[in-house]
Order: sequence, then structure tokens, then C-alpha cells
Amino acid sequence: MIKVTEIKKSFGGDEVLKGISTTFEKGKTNLVIGRSGSGKTVMLKCMVGLFKPNFGEILFKDKAISKMDSEAHRVLREETGMLFQGGALFDSMNIEENVMFPLRMFSNKEKPEMLLRVNEVLERVDLKNINNKFPSEISGGMKKRVSIARAIVNNPKYLFCDEPNSGLDPKTATLIDQLIQEITRENNITTVVVTHDMNSVMEIGEKIVFLKDGKLVWQGSNLEIFKTDNKDVTDFVYSSDLFKKIRNIQLNEH
Amino acid sequence: MKELVLKEIDDLIIKSLGIVAFISFFVGGVISIQTALNLENPLIPKSLIGFATRQSIILEFAPTFMSIIMAGKVGSFITSSIGSMRVTEQIDALEVMGINSLNYLVFPKLIAMFFYPFIIAIAMFLGIFGGFLAGVYGGFTTATDFTIGLQDSFYPFHLAYAFIKTFLFAIILATVPSWQGYYMRGGALEVGKASTNSFVWTSIIIILTNYIVTQLLLS
Ligand SMILES: Nc1ncnc2c1ncn2[C@@H]1O[C@H](COP(=O)(O)OP(=O)(O)O)[C@@H](O)[C@H]1O
Ligand SMILES: [Mg+2]
Repeated sequence: MIKVTEIKKSFGGDEVLKGISTTFEKGKTNLVIGRSGSGKTVMLKCMVGLFKPNFGEILFKDKAISKMDSEAHRVLREETGMLFQGGALFDSMNIEENVMFPLRMFSNKEKPEMLLRVNEVLERVDLKNINNKFPSEISGGMKKRVSIARAIVNNPKYLFCDEPNSGLDPKTATLIDQLIQEITRENNITTVVVTHDMNSVMEIGEKIVFLKDGKLVWQGSNLEIFKTDNKDVTDFVYSSDLFKKIRNIQLNEH
Repeated sequence: MKELVLKEIDDLIIKSLGIVAFISFFVGGVISIQTALNLENPLIPKSLIGFATRQSIILEFAPTFMSIIMAGKVGSFITSSIGSMRVTEQIDALEVMGINSLNYLVFPKLIAMFFYPFIIAIAMFLGIFGGFLAGVYGGFTTATDFTIGLQDSFYPFHLAYAFIKTFLFAIILATVPSWQGYYMRGGALEVGKASTNSFVWTSIIIILTNYIVTQLLLS
């Protein structure tokens, strides 16, 4: 479980996160949603330690990051997997080396043993026989899968995903969402997914945190999000034509 | 770490040899011809051609001007490779895995650049060799005169001076472009701009360092 209390983050004079508190539960896919620029990525980067909040605490299993010693930090790094928006695969390494990279950093296993694990996770994300290809030689959807493989190769307890299905066709996007949810359940880990995709919200939104201008304005599940009358949330949810049409059909039926 | 350093040696040093050899050979030839063409006074010995070629190449052309060319080649390569890692979040990915990305990316480049003096030594040799061929086979001087000039008032300290500054330029060539790439923000367009900036800044710092080192060591 990850607990966030009153976190604030500014860049220069701009306050991007204005005091956010919430919890992300274990075994669930937790979503952070909101429009572009609402601070989702900054919040995620605060949680993985890329940014230091100016105020507030982030607690992993009730231990605050700011109070951890260096050994606890190292362990947390090892227990954290992250899927970046563009994949962030290392261009200079092939797929196998990319996925093996965290193993090489965190374990002193022999290469054959690491290779077994690499092939195991690549198979888990339905990729085979691409070990020797380079990131520039595979499709966007495959890159996302490889990044997922790299993020989970070390059996993380916490998985963070920034817009995992941006830039993908709807079908591939759904497959990636489902993959993330399955992995979360199989391994009983805490997953936080940043998205602005309503399909993801419907598919995997077990807990949803809605951000607007750096503030948390609503939280709940995907069953509740269609019932709320919070104007910011309904504006967001029904900004897509499809959902507007669905709502109109529902209204006409009643 | 060893693999990383070897890869950087290949990218930064080995892959620069071709252009360095090409430029120094022909510029050496031109220096020799230019000196010959400006020697109208019959009282000045023909050996001056060899002497002038040696001095210009060892003191300035090979260390300083080759380094400016390397600021364009090696410098923009470093900035664009680190910069594109920044904008595609590969640097963030390293940090999330608990890796000190600045060390990881810059340190191997710095080590690789310790081999940079070899490049400059090759530039010196080929520059003088090019000067010799152009001078002798262009009919401006004889092999004997040129060789006498090459050996005329040779101060080993000049060579030391040349390699001291080469060493400083190597450090500048590894660090300034890395810094330009590492701290950039934006997208692909900004990577291009950062590479251009990197060339400008690296050149300026090399030229100023050259001035200061020359003032300190030679005057
Ligand atoms: N490293 C940074 N330095 C300065 N401003 C930043 C930085 N990262 C993000 N921001 C700003 O924070 C705001 C929120 O950005 P972000 O979290 O990326 O939005 P999104 O919700 O689309 O992911 C934006 O206005 C952005 O310009
Ligand atoms: Mg974002």
C-alpha cells in the first residue's frame, strides 16, 4: 500500500501539485486521471523518487520516503518497476539486454539464470524471438510490452505506469491495460497507472483518483465515476463523443 | 563498466580517426604549400618550409583546431546521445533503477577521452607527412631540406605544451557536451538546438583555454 499525504510540488514559482492526499491499495490497479497538464506525471515522478515533493510525505507500507536510510532506499528502488510514457527503452541495447538490465543492477546472478528470467517475462508479455532486435526495430505496442517486461523482471512490489496506452491503437491499448491488471492480480502488487483514457477507466479502474490543476477533486471506482455529479469529473468523462452518446441513450431510455 | 568504456572508446575515438586522418593530411599539405609560396626572399632557406609546417601543426593545428573539429563531431554526438536519452526518459529510467545516471553516462566518456591525445598524435604525424609529400612532390622543396627544417630548433617542451593542452581539451570535449545534453529539457527539436549550442560553447571554452594555457606556459 502506498499512502500520499498532502504532497505539494512547485517548479520555480509554479505550484504543480497543491496538496494531494490519497492511498493506493495492494492488489489493485489504481488510476490517476485528469486532463493534460493536471500534474499526473509529476505526482507519479514524486512517488518513484524522481522528484522530491516540497511538502508532504509519501509512505510505502507506512514508511515515509524522506525518513528512509540509504539501504531502505535501495530496497525500495529494487521493489519499484516503472513503465514510462514512451517506453524509455535503452536505444543502445537490444531487447534482451534492456530486460536484463535491472537484473544486472540488482542481483549477482549468472547470465544463464538471468536469461531464463528474461525469457520468462518476455513470454509473459507475449513476445518471443525478438531478443536480439533493437528498440528502433519493433512497433510501439511491442515497445510497451518490452517496457512492461523490464518493469516486472525484478518482481516489483510497486508498479508505476505513465500513460501505458498512449499512442497505441484501441485494441492494443486494451490488451496492454488488461496485461497490467493481470500482472497486478497475479503478483498481488500495488499498481498506479496514470491515464487520460476513458477506456482504461472502464476496463481497469478499480480505484480512481481524479486530478485537476494539481488538486485531487474526486476519488472512487469505475462504477462510481458514472454516477457522480461532480462537474469536473463529468466534464472529463463526457468530453469524449462516445460517452456523450452513451449517456444520451441512457437518458432517453429513462 | 569496462564494456561501457570500450563502447565509448569506439564511438568517440576510433570512429573519429578517419576524419582526423583526412583533414590533417590535406591541411598539412596546404600549410606546406602556402609557406613555400610565401617564400620569395632567396636568402631564406628552403628548410623553413619543413620548420613552419612542423611548428604550425604541432603547436596549433593538431591540438587546437582539430579539437574544434572534434567539438563538432564528438561534442554534438555526446550532446545528442545524452539529450535524446533525457527527452525519451531513459535517464529517468536509470534513476528509477537506482543508478546514478550522471556517473553512468559521463564517467565512461571521460575515461574514453583519455585516449584523445592519441588522435592528436596521429593528426600531428599525418599533418607533417602531408606537408612533406606536398612540399617535395609539388616541387617546392627537397626531401633533405624539408627534413632539415623539421629538425631545426626543436624544443621538446613545445610537444609537452601541445599535449598538456590536448589533455585539457579532451576533458572539455567530454564534459561540456555531456552537461549540455544532461540538463536539457524538451523534445527532438531541442536536442538539435542543444547540439548546436554544445558546439558553440565547447569551441569557445577550447579557444579561451588555449589562450590561457599559451599565456601561462609559453610566455
Ligand atoms: N521538470 C519540470 N520542470 C518544470 N515544470 C514542469 C516539470 N515537469 C512538469 N512540469 C509542469 O507541471 C505541469 C504538470 O505536468 P504533468 O504532470 O506532466 O502533466 P500531466 O498531467 O499531463 O502528466 C505542467 O504545467 C508542466 O509544464
Ligand atoms: Mg503526463
